[in-house]
Amino acid sequence: MDRKKVTIDGNEAAAYVAYNTNEVIAIYPITPSSNMGEWCDAWAAVNKKNIWGMIPSVSELQSEGGASGSVHGALQTGALTTTFTASQGLLLMIPNMFKIAGELTSTVFHVSARSIAAAALSIFGDHSDVMATRSTGFALLSSNSVQEVMDFALIAQAATLESRIPFIHFFDGFRTSHEVMKIEELTKEDMKAMMDDELIIAHRNRGLTPDRPVMRGTAQNPDVYFQGRETVNPFYNACPAIVQKQMDKFAKLTGRQYNLFDYVGAPDAEKIIIMMGSGSEAAEETVNYLTSKGEKVGLLKVRLYRPFSLEYFIKALPKTTKSIAVLDRTKEPGSGGEPLYLDVVNAISEKYMAGELQFAFPKIIGGRYGLSSKEFTPAMVKSVFDNLSKEKPKAHFTLGIIEDVTNTSLEFDPHFSVESDETFRGKFYGLGADGTVGANKNSIKIIGEGTDYFAQGYFVYDSKKSGSTTVSHLRFGPKEIKSTYLINKPRFVACHQQVFLEQMDMLKDASEGATFLLNTKIDKEHVWDSLPEKVQTDLINKKMKFFIIDAYKVGEATGMGARINTIMQTCFFAISEIFPQATAISMIKDSIKKTYGAKGDKIVQMNFDAVDKTVANLFEVTIPNKVTSKMQLQPAVSGNAPDFVKEVTARIIAGEGDLLPVSKMPIDGTFPLTTTRWEKRNIALEVPVWDMETCIQCNKCVMVCPHATIRAKIFDEKDLAGAPATFKSTKFKSKDYGEGLYYSLQVAVEDCTGCGLCVDVCPAKNKKETKLKAINMAEQIPIREQERANWDFFFNIPDLDRKVVAVSKVKDSQFLEPLFEFSGACSGCGETPYVKLVSQLFGDRTIIANATGCSSIYGGNLPTTPWASNKDGRGPAWSNSLFEDNAEFGYGFRLAIDNHNLQAKDLLKRFASEVGNDLVDALINATQKDEAEIYEQRERVSALKNKLDDMLKAGANGKSSDLKNLLSLADYLVKKSVWIMGGDGWAYDIGYGGLDHVIASGKNVNILVLDTEVYSNTGGQCSKSTPRAAVAKFAAAGKPGAKKDLGLMAMSYGTVYVAKVAMGANDQHTLRAFLEAEAYDGPSLIIAYSHCIAHGINMGTAMQNQKAAVDSGHWPLFRYHPDLAAEGKNPFKLDSKGLKIPFKDYAYMETRYKMLTKSHPAEAAVLIKEAQEDVIRKWKDYERFAAYEPEKSA
Amino acid sequence: MDITTTYLGLKLKSPIVSSAGPLSEKISNIREMEDAGAGAVVLYSIFEEQIEHEQLELDYHTSAHTESFAEATTYLPEPFEFKLGPDEYLNHIRKAKEAVDIPIIASLNGKSIGGWTDYAKKMEQAGADALELNIYLLPTDAKKSGSEIEKTYIDIVKAVKSTVKIPFAVKMHPFFSSTSYMATELSNAGASGLVMFNRFYQPDIDLETLDVVPNVILSTPMAMRLPLRWIAMLYGKVNADLAATSGIYSAEDVLKMVMAGAKVTQMLSSLLKFGIGHIADVTTNLKSWMEEKEYESIEQMRGSMSYMNVDDPAKFERANYMKVLNSYK
Repeated sequence: MDRKKVTIDGNEAAAYVAYNTNEVIAIYPITPSSNMGEWCDAWAAVNKKNIWGMIPSVSELQSEGGASGSVHGALQTGALTTTFTASQGLLLMIPNMFKIAGELTSTVFHVSARSIAAAALSIFGDHSDVMATRSTGFALLSSNSVQEVMDFALIAQAATLESRIPFIHFFDGFRTSHEVMKIEELTKEDMKAMMDDELIIAHRNRGLTPDRPVMRGTAQNPDVYFQGRETVNPFYNACPAIVQKQMDKFAKLTGRQYNLFDYVGAPDAEKIIIMMGSGSEAAEETVNYLTSKGEKVGLLKVRLYRPFSLEYFIKALPKTTKSIAVLDRTKEPGSGGEPLYLDVVNAISEKYMAGELQFAFPKIIGGRYGLSSKEFTPAMVKSVFDNLSKEKPKAHFTLGIIEDVTNTSLEFDPHFSVESDETFRGKFYGLGADGTVGANKNSIKIIGEGTDYFAQGYFVYDSKKSGSTTVSHLRFGPKEIKSTYLINKPRFVACHQQVFLEQMDMLKDASEGATFLLNTKIDKEHVWDSLPEKVQTDLINKKMKFFIIDAYKVGEATGMGARINTIMQTCFFAISEIFPQATAISMIKDSIKKTYGAKGDKIVQMNFDAVDKTVANLFEVTIPNKVTSKMQLQPAVSGNAPDFVKEVTARIIAGEGDLLPVSKMPIDGTFPLTTTRWEKRNIALEVPVWDMETCIQCNKCVMVCPHATIRAKIFDEKDLAGAPATFKSTKFKSKDYGEGLYYSLQVAVEDCTGCGLCVDVCPAKNKKETKLKAINMAEQIPIREQERANWDFFFNIPDLDRKVVAVSKVKDSQFLEPLFEFSGACSGCGETPYVKLVSQLFGDRTIIANATGCSSIYGGNLPTTPWASNKDGRGPAWSNSLFEDNAEFGYGFRLAIDNHNLQAKDLLKRFASEVGNDLVDALINATQKDEAEIYEQRERVSALKNKLDDMLKAGANGKSSDLKNLLSLADYLVKKSVWIMGGDGWAYDIGYGGLDHVIASGKNVNILVLDTEVYSNTGGQCSKSTPRAAVAKFAAAGKPGAKKDLGLMAMSYGTVYVAKVAMGANDQHTLRAFLEAEAYDGPSLIIAYSHCIAHGINMGTAMQNQKAAVDSGHWPLFRYHPDLAAEGKNPFKLDSKGLKIPFKDYAYMETRYKMLTKSHPAEAAVLIKEAQEDVIRKWKDYERFAAYEPEKSA
Repeated sequence: MDITTTYLGLKLKSPIVSSAGPLSEKISNIREMEDAGAGAVVLYSIFEEQIEHEQLELDYHTSAHTESFAEATTYLPEPFEFKLGPDEYLNHIRKAKEAVDIPIIASLNGKSIGGWTDYAKKMEQAGADALELNIYLLPTDAKKSGSEIEKTYIDIVKAVKSTVKIPFAVKMHPFFSSTSYMATELSNAGASGLVMFNRFYQPDIDLETLDVVPNVILSTPMAMRLPLRWIAMLYGKVNADLAATSGIYSAEDVLKMVMAGAKVTQMLSSLLKFGIGHIADVTTNLKSWMEEKEYESIEQMRGSMSYMNVDDPAKFERANYMKVLNSYK
């Protein structure tokens, strides 16, 4: 049968089979598996049917724990049920997995395997998560490639039904889940043929029903539990043969034969690698290369890892086997070896002891590779075989890193390559915002689906959410592609942004004779002189071809703007000559129609125009024969940076993180603060420029700046000594801090992301030219140098003394130094202004528990992190535990701090006479209610420490232990502010149970919910905060239910300070709420409206959306203060006017609402009406609360 | 008594027609208009530029932040199909046609010649009985002469004429150097009717925020004087039906316009102010007046007070205008 060829990624391949062969699908977002759930939700939203002509029921749960619970329930009620997950999500499913397996229930969980958070989180791929499920009783089936993902998804589904053993079908996160590959698509008939109706009926009949009632899930005792656990043995014994049977059946259908253990290589191989996952593809490629050179090497690919069949395993090994290296993509600290290695040792040993080993007991060594998607290349495979060749091979080795602490690493030759020249290899460097990756995904589809070539695309993103760099790796050619690693000898290099040439050595690995395509505004006569010396050298020495295009010019002429994707794609096809030009253009246009057709004729035409105008603007540049440039690559950080930043951080920034040895890494995940200030990213084309004549010195721009790049200071005239000529300052308009002060507003132009929020919120307009404000956007490059000097000067001007700042006013509060700066958050982020505000108001005494999500990523993703310390060395101490436990994590902080404080006070009392009663009384009874009092307490603590030091030096009279304890605890006599922050996915969904418990505890913690109304970090999935009528991932047909009122739920305790704020609607209200929350001696909850790119809005004017949200009544501003109730007053204050505009006038400012009117118009009309009713109903409730008069009610 | 009229070749039961505006966005309103006695309904205008803008906006916001970050390669679901372009409007035409028996006149504001003809064709296919071309070209380019701009109007009309078989009217504005000339030219180019006149958004300045703010003010009865004059002037001189719009509030206004020469009178501001039921009141008053004055039909009075039929046509002309001013002194 001729099957359709599709060019898709691993997640889509798995979802395709899962959707078609299941009835119930429970989903929850977690990278890199989220896309599988997204596909299923999107298909269900357009009523796509499964192989039985039904639309599966696709439901999002509040956590992976919840998803697995629902899966368990649906399975126990007889439905074919599946789910998708990874990493911590899989760990949350483990309790249910034991149940599901214990009850011999057929299901397949599709897992895009990912690292588990240990000392650090990583979203990338390895087998740590899957390995943690080994004891659950699930079968573990490993796919190595996108084709195998589709195939094994079906084989697993068939095998689970026959064996009754539940399956995890896993494949490597990112490397396989996100790799785009041309594969053969299974047909519905294929799937039907593999799904046995009798077995499905048997599964259904095992379901609970009152028509045939049984009990399942009893509690058992020592007398019988053990025996009950042993009943399943025959099923596990039978499982491998069943899987093989299904593989054989599948082979008959499709011609693709798989085995439980697939051996490739020399039939008489002596050295064998055993492994599973995508790395096997690279190993197979290498083994094929080495055997072609006559080497006796082989590879055993493990497909069915659990149940591990000793019989099938041993039969799969060549009888000539002499040595074996087992590669595990996981780490089990403290174990005698990693799991696959131990299984192999066990298998060989058992077979040896049974006398069934057909070769002498081999050398067996194990090693770790590829953690967190670390590259695994043919060079590394070769180094493993080389190691096996040694008389005493290194055991328990590591691959791909420099492990210089316990010296486990194997060396490899980075230049070793097995790639064929028949395969095209291209690398494309782009900006996230310019559409490069999208264009390359399209290109690979065009090639994959338009030719007989094999095709592969893989995409690498940096860790920033704004101004990120992307590198696309494209391979295609007549030979099957098994290169599951990045391209290192490209024959085509495209640079979509010329600025990259100053930052990275882009042509260093280009092949001789390779082609280089550059997007530049400089014409072909002058472009050569604009290139760095290294680029010129490589172009000449490698005899490269050089093409240029001014994609911006074409983009501007055709309405494409900065999205140059189609233009660069056309250049690629025009230069690479894969097809005749006319054919290529026709294929690109067909692809444009497919990609953009749904978005309207205008978009299609715009892209067509871009294609048509591109070729005329594409030029080949004749490469001169000598280097003329003196321009060098820019250093990653300045020479003034601290040692750690220079030795570690800078190398990560420079893309050399892979080369950092283990000895340079912190041993327990502890990193220094204040590192973003050394990474000058220069990503903004335009930056704000201050007009001091128009400025009214309100500091609103400072408050709103998401990246803390606009700062205000007031200072004495003498501080201006030595100011650069272009440094701007003016008389401070207020006399609140004394006479004759100067005011300056300075922009860190190299750190600015150019969002423009500052300009939008500026209330001052130029009287002569009203389009200008007191702060206006201007091109960055012409002012970069001068503003760098101005920033340096400004930075060294002393900050206003915190003790005297009137923090309760917006303007004054913004003179406080932010201790959260230059994060990698999205340009115009709606969360970071709140986070920064916490750092300004309380940063020097704050400890932060940060739920996993956007805020933990822009807050804690390497290479540089935005949390900073002040000149005294104090600043926010920050940690991220998990997604689900953040409130509890922060609660633990509070318990420990309170305990330290009590201990310190207790010890202090014991030393009252020696320390001095007055000092002790003052230390114990200090109220510390404002900055001045906190300062005084710090002074007292300092005095105490001096005394304690003196006492210790004087001999301590046998009390040195207590003195040392007091010395270590003394700082806890100063107030500490615990902040627990995270997004709505955490607070409303996965972490709600913990949050609820913590606010009920009465403990003094401050909870900040950065409410974007979706799971922003994983791509905008629906949460219980998502409003009715909004579209989100997992709610592609619009959220049908109302938004949860978290504030109201918290207020029901009566002991929780609760505030709902929106900075864009009322910044003073926001400030007041933060101060009140922190001052309240009990739990506080602030729910902060945070606009987000997932809303589909203009981020530069997003504060207007916040205002509209409040004006419509969707986001009522309020404060609930329990202390007022104690005073006999109404604790609830409704602080916004509300219902000033219809809900739809706000909602339809945002694509998340508006797109529903275009995708599901009828449903949108109903939902928007219901959403308006929600708003009115809620508003009336709040009005009633606000009108409550306790005195009258009493 | 016969208050039927013809307009654009369509037989209408009344000269009172609902003008293009937001009321016609709801099918229930259109039903109510028919029930109240409207002769026809001109649907709200569809703007090609707005449709394009919506496409660009949707494309921008669904693709702006995509493929930039490993954890989230997109931020909004990508529906497999969007109902974009004029589809929604065309469906509205279909639904309106199903809902009522009176003629449905679709109203279009194009951007390009291609847009005008493409959308006009689609509206015809969707079942519109006639079209109203809402040609709105604000001449802000100082390098373009009046005649160049006028030619654009004519080209649009010719292009639409060559595309559709259903009749159409052009909604004119009163700012041509020669209204009579343009009326004639538009008629010659293929317009079966001329609607007098289009009212434009008039921006205002907010002194508090120093912003320019769009400002829409409902027309007042005084606004009818301008179309009244031009309908009276053009009646019998152009080969097109004349429709009056702006400031039609009462039966008296309808009568005056018909006497000046209008085939129909279009109402919007008064309906927004008094409700759709106002059509019924005006109709009742119209009939009462006719009965009282013993008019047999609308046709009987049509044009009776036009330039060509009044005893002193000069009163419609400029000299007379000077005299009116003087009368205030």
